[in-house]
Amino acid sequence: MDSTFIIEKSVVILVVFAVTMIMAMYSTWAERKVAAYLQDRVGPNRAGWGGLLQPLADGMKLFSKEEFIPNTPNKFLFVVGPAIAMSTALMTSAVIPWGDKLHLFGRDILLQATDINIGLLYFFGVVSVGVYGIMIGGWASNSKFSLMGAVRAASQMVSYEIAMGLSMIALLMMTGSLSLREISMQQAEMNWNVFYQPLSFLIFLICAFAETNRTPFDLAECETELVGGYHTEYSSMKMGFYLFAEYANMFISATIISVLFFGGYNYPGMQWMVENAGVNPANVLGMVVLFAKICFFIFFYMWVRWTIPRFRYDQLMHLGWKILIPLSIINIMITGVVMLRGEIAAYLGF
Amino acid sequence: MSIETISLSGRKKVVSNKEMTFLERLYLVAIFKGLVITIKHFFRRKKTIHYPEQVRVRSDVYRGQHQLKRDEQGRENCTACGLCALSCPAEAITMKAEERKANEKHLYREEKYASIYEINMLRCIFCGLCEEACPKDAIYLTTSKVLVPSSYEREDFIFGKDKLVMPLDVAMKNAQLKNAN
Amino acid sequence: MIHIPDFANANAIQITFCILAFITVITAFLTIFSRNPIHSAIYLVICFFSIAGHYLLLNAQFLAIVHIIVYSGAIMILFLFTIMLMNLNEKHEVHKPRITRLGAIVSFCLICIVLIAIFINSKPIVGEYDSTGEDFQSIKVLGKILLNEYMVPFEFASILLLVAMIGTVLLSKKEKLKK
Repeated sequence: MDSTFIIEKSVVILVVFAVTMIMAMYSTWAERKVAAYLQDRVGPNRAGWGGLLQPLADGMKLFSKEEFIPNTPNKFLFVVGPAIAMSTALMTSAVIPWGDKLHLFGRDILLQATDINIGLLYFFGVVSVGVYGIMIGGWASNSKFSLMGAVRAASQMVSYEIAMGLSMIALLMMTGSLSLREISMQQAEMNWNVFYQPLSFLIFLICAFAETNRTPFDLAECETELVGGYHTEYSSMKMGFYLFAEYANMFISATIISVLFFGGYNYPGMQWMVENAGVNPANVLGMVVLFAKICFFIFFYMWVRWTIPRFRYDQLMHLGWKILIPLSIINIMITGVVMLRGEIAAYLGF
Repeated sequence: MSIETISLSGRKKVVSNKEMTFLERLYLVAIFKGLVITIKHFFRRKKTIHYPEQVRVRSDVYRGQHQLKRDEQGRENCTACGLCALSCPAEAITMKAEERKANEKHLYREEKYASIYEINMLRCIFCGLCEEACPKDAIYLTTSKVLVPSSYEREDFIFGKDKLVMPLDVAMKNAQLKNAN
Repeated sequence: MIHIPDFANANAIQITFCILAFITVITAFLTIFSRNPIHSAIYLVICFFSIAGHYLLLNAQFLAIVHIIVYSGAIMILFLFTIMLMNLNEKHEVHKPRITRLGAIVSFCLICIVLIAIFINSKPIVGEYDSTGEDFQSIKVLGKILLNEYMVPFEFASILLLVAMIGTVLLSKKEKLKK
């Protein structure tokens, strides 16, 4: 392993990390702006032009708030909770292909921190571990509200992971690969998976809402019943970490949706751009396109949040177990039949 | 006309408990409709008034910060009779009366005046009873059109004569306007 | 014959293995010994993670991630979930009679002796690893092997899971009131 390779990878990792942080930061700003605009208000507009410095002001405020630790049997776990939530939220961006490659300093630089061949499973693994942050924090708070929030979050996320995984299987049957880079490459030139797997996309989208604890599935932190849910007892930057992790998760799931179903960094005419304008401009444009898709989905998350009221808990479980899971299994069967239609026809003697 | 068909507001809707069709039970159409409604609001003109820069036009009877009036010659109207303090339901007003000296004739209209006149703005409920009780037209809530500003200290909310009495130049302007009319 | 590792000239993989093995064993013991059930569940989660690390050392990425998803991501969450709901405290610990504890110690020692005997007498793998040129981490190859060579056990496992699922559904189903 030569040193340039290490430098290259560290630069890519640093950039990805910074971008994730900035996107999460500005998602908080965007959330407030979008909420305001959907409600005929203007939103934050004092800190900087159009309120653009608002995330910094929020961060400053959270840092300078009193750090309160409740009377809990385990102070260590109380601190570990938000740390897990934050680190799992930031870990997923490692496997996402942000673009094909750049040609710089005489070498091809892959725009991805690491291209492991089980990229999608890695995403699922990290997401499933993310529940621990909420569960441990909610339990260590030593409060009934927090515990209820944690229990709700855990059962909700575990149930929707199943539907999410099953909806993915139909897609994987088509792609035949778990590597996100390969899945992106297969979707070149508007060959987007969403056209082939619309049902899978719909299920995945709903499950992504549930996994990120966003409205209409934000039962883990619903104010009307549980004060603040699992982060009721948290204050200062520990609470900031929980909120921040939610936005980072939102960014990541928006990215995963764009990569899996909407072609990732591909755009119509990318091949033409590579041939006529060179590798670098084509890929920079690819990154811009990917970020446009991501921003649209983040906006969609917010749009839905300020449109649809919260589900009731039994409705949530009903939707997850009795509708989405059977639906995704049916989707798998349909996909299988369509893929093997030639063999089936031959077998039946057509 | 029977009672079932009357609609006083004209927006009466009959609620039906009919079974939903399959499409309706999917809720996808309803969610899509909701999204369309909210996105329409996204592009609408915003109704916010940016307060410190823009101030909403206040109505004529808007009761804001109190003002102790001066007459056309710039003399204070108040005679410290204490009727305002008596009428005040929140007991926000206190005052101390003093006799006018010979050389103070240009400052006060009558022989007696309020040397101290204080309103505790934290107690005041802006009901306007002091204004109604005043026999000398000395105190008004409707003329200043000013919100009582916020502050960090409780002491800052006890407003003395320095803040309550109408500025002299305003009184002069009023007098000129009156003469012009 | 017991193979004694050469600690002085250990390479990075061996050092990682030692650290991981240490974490695995320590957390496994802590799982048993900690009095708070939540703590022992959390130690078990750490134990599972270190086992996933062992899988990664063996270059079995698929297994490692599936292990994390299934064991740490689903099963342990449900464990924690039930422990939290049941609100177990150390006070509720039932004092076992002495004869039971003695029996447990004896049977554990016997199992230990048997295992150690097996490990000492087992032959180390002789010869080099065969390289087939196939990437056994890709789901394609894995799926082909599972559904060709190991078809029967695979299907048995799936039927077992299906039966378990139907069983839970039946258990949780409310009895319909007879009219």
